[in-house]
Amino acid sequence: MSIDYQQTPVLKASGLVKRYGSVTAIDNADFELFPGEILAVIGDNGAGKSSLIKALSGALVPDEGEVWLDGQKVVFNTPMEARELGIETVYQNLAVSPALNIADNLYLGREIRKPGFLGKYLRMLDKKAMEQNAKAKMTELGLLTIQNMSQAVESLSGGQRQGVAVARSALFGSKVVIMDEPTAALGVKESRRVLNLIKEVRDRGLPIVLISHNMPHVFEVADRIHIHRLGKCAGIVTPQSHSMSDAVAIMTGAMEIEAA
Amino acid sequence: MSSVKPNTSTPVLEHDQVADNTAGYVANFSVKESPILRLKKFLHTYPIAAPSIVLLLAIFGFSLLIGNRFLHPFNLSLILQQVTIIGVIGVAQTLIILTAGIDLSVGAIMVLCSVVMGRMAIDLGLEAWLALALGISVGALAGFINGLLITRLKIPPFIATLGSWNVFFAINLWYSKSETIRSQDISSIAPLLQWTGETINFFGARLTYGSLLMLGLFFLIWYALNWTSWGRHVYATGDDPDAARLAGIQTNRILMSVYVLAGIVCAVGAWVLIGRIGSISPQAGYTANLDSITAVVIGGCSLFGGRGSIYGTLIGALVVGVFRNGLALAGVDVLWQEFTVGILIILAVGVDQWIRRGTA
Repeated sequence: MSIDYQQTPVLKASGLVKRYGSVTAIDNADFELFPGEILAVIGDNGAGKSSLIKALSGALVPDEGEVWLDGQKVVFNTPMEARELGIETVYQNLAVSPALNIADNLYLGREIRKPGFLGKYLRMLDKKAMEQNAKAKMTELGLLTIQNMSQAVESLSGGQRQGVAVARSALFGSKVVIMDEPTAALGVKESRRVLNLIKEVRDRGLPIVLISHNMPHVFEVADRIHIHRLGKCAGIVTPQSHSMSDAVAIMTGAMEIEAA
Repeated sequence: MSSVKPNTSTPVLEHDQVADNTAGYVANFSVKESPILRLKKFLHTYPIAAPSIVLLLAIFGFSLLIGNRFLHPFNLSLILQQVTIIGVIGVAQTLIILTAGIDLSVGAIMVLCSVVMGRMAIDLGLEAWLALALGISVGALAGFINGLLITRLKIPPFIATLGSWNVFFAINLWYSKSETIRSQDISSIAPLLQWTGETINFFGARLTYGSLLMLGLFFLIWYALNWTSWGRHVYATGDDPDAARLAGIQTNRILMSVYVLAGIVCAVGAWVLIGRIGSISPQAGYTANLDSITAVVIGGCSLFGGRGSIYGTLIGALVVGVFRNGLALAGVDVLWQEFTVGILIILAVGVDQWIRRGTA
């Protein structure tokens, strides 16, 4: 799949700054995400990549700098505002409710109501529609192993739960999906499933920002890799142009890259 | 500093793709499907099953022990009357426990509301329906105060309601001047307040309007919890508040709504209380807070929030009612009723812990 890097980025940030007292978490950082790509964000612990991601998903408000979505300047004060504009985030700590079932979790906060009198005045949920849509989405993403949508999420494995979270983001994200360490807590095989799922979502046309520590995973799925160091972008590489050790060298400052 | 040399080797990293062809598990444990394990799974899937079984066993046991006197429709409807107040207050308590909270002030709110209803109607001579509406507003206000303490001041529910329990109870004593409003006064001036105590005959069973009101309330809250977004959000808030917030639920707003609704339900409980005892006493129903927690716990609701069903509470209240009634008919001393209820609570929580271990 070739990506046109001349077009308008879906999500773009420039000159972002965020200070916590004397600590500068984001130091004049730039960021660009193009339609149809998986952009990995890597960086050492404390390099400020989670602050950058939080600024893009509305979880923190930067002190300076601008964010554009589809060429339009936007300001997010809460994650909800980013969400309403089509930016979905899959959080590292799995924002799913264990005691609720799969369909309920997919639609948590955005439930479908029955049409007509029942939905309008009695505010009755359309459980059937939610279950059917949930099942369709899970099947579409290749999560066929989960058949029963009324199964509590706590009865699922870690990978399946992550699958539910990814399916939710794919169901509602219309512009961008941000995934924070989606494979961090998973075993080898489960990680593979989630990686395939990420590619599946990308192939459906949703660009993805993937934050990960796992170099092999990053090099396998990413189209481009944004390397974050000391609060700013130290360079953008592709899995074709650089090796993993180059990326680690840039990440740690052992190597510098000319203006990307 | 040198610029990076392009890496020409193809970065196809398939080192872990071999895992695709393996079995889907990392470790395999041989699980013996013993009947006990199957029972555990069954109870975990249907949390309402355990209290239902206890209720059926209790009814069966007492009907063998006492016979027709116990099974007579009159006695069964008496049990229903006896659990009506705890049932109503249990609805309020269930809502709060589902959000991982606890409300020790439910009994005090109920008594305060009953006093407000009585004094508004009898002393101030307001229309009975207006007195009723004012009492319900006081319940909503009391719940609102609890909600503020918990969501704004971040006081743990146990402490917040321990405090408000005392405050509400003191206000109740001050406002009522510790005087009881006599039943005759109520029935002559504001009979509407005693409506919940009126009975209808149904094949020898004497059902009160209060009991029917309780059943209606259970249905209403069941519907709200299971068939509306609000209900899903109550469960999600109790289950994992952080996940609920990340999913876009305003958990503080949900908590506020739950405490206010619980206050209103307590006020309905006040109406039922007046019907049940006829008079209005500032000392009545002061054990309702602990009894309601008992009903909720025996009904299988988790005190850690997010798990449980509203009908469990109805069954929990009935279990307590059946044991008290059955033991009384069998001529057992009242102290053994208390003893039995204590054992039931410990058993209910013990069974709950046992079910949770190793099946989740």
